[in-house]
Amino acid sequence: MTIGLAHYLTVAAILFTLGIFGIFLNRKNVIIILMSIELMLLAVNINFVAFSVVLHDLVGQIFAMFVLTVAAAEAAIGLAILVVYFRNRGTIRVEDIRMMKG
Amino acid sequence: MILPAIMFYLFAAVAIASGVMVVSARNPVHSVLFLILAFFNAAGLFLLMGAEFLAMILVIVYVGAVAVLFLFVVMMLDIDFAQLRSGATRYLPIGALIGFILLAELIFVFGSWAIAPGVAGVAAAPFPTTAGFTNTRALGDLLYTRYVFAFQAAGMILLVAMIGAIVLTLRHRVGTRRQVISEQLARTRAETIEVVKVPVGAGAAE
Repeated sequence: MTIGLAHYLTVAAILFTLGIFGIFLNRKNVIIILMSIELMLLAVNINFVAFSVVLHDLVGQIFAMFVLTVAAAEAAIGLAILVVYFRNRGTIRVEDIRMMKG
Repeated sequence: MILPAIMFYLFAAVAIASGVMVVSARNPVHSVLFLILAFFNAAGLFLLMGAEFLAMILVIVYVGAVAVLFLFVVMMLDIDFAQLRSGATRYLPIGALIGFILLAELIFVFGSWAIAPGVAGVAAAPFPTTAGFTNTRALGDLLYTRYVFAFQAAGMILLVAMIGAIVLTLRHRVGTRRQVISEQLARTRAETIEVVKVPVGAGAAE
């Protein structure tokens, strides 16, 4: 009953799938979509660390740290845009974001 | 040998269950709280793997900063979440289908995974084998030497994100009284102070 690489990769795969599923399930709510993206990045980090430990290579953990940095920056910017959008429109429905008709 | 396995299954089960709750909770505040629980359990998984520095960083950065940021925004904005959830079940089948296909593909890939025998010898930065060389020290040794430019770039990304968030959300309201330093400094004695001769018994008039 040893816990190997496959166990961790399976957990990461399930978390990643949950993130994708969350984006579909909460299509109108930007906050939950951002949280789903955080969940997917967490799954990626679990993969990085699992491979790093199995291959005895520290670079995976270094890269996981950079993923963490980018995830934090992305959350901050995303939430700031969300606050500005809510101030202007009074709602955060994703479907309303087509003012520019792009 | 049995204890790490039990801990792994505990952490993994709670992480996945809270992941399910993040995407399916009715109240977004509950979603954020379950996200925090998922991060805590992922940190436990990292600890089990032996990446203790990343586990602590995960708790500090995600639980201490990102999740609290989410919580602030969810509570600050006055949003009708019930209305946002309407029609959510319309996309449930296609979402479940895509999620299931992706999960099946990933599990197929991981099930037939085999690491080439020569890979262990070509590690870019092998784990140090010296006694007393902790995970944190090994990461620091690598991060501040070989990856110092990437480290600086990460700092720049955070700086840009910080400035961007401040610039985006800064707002000047009309009608509020503000201190204008330049006007205060530009005042002269002539327009501020006036010496008035007050007659006895008459009082000072405008």
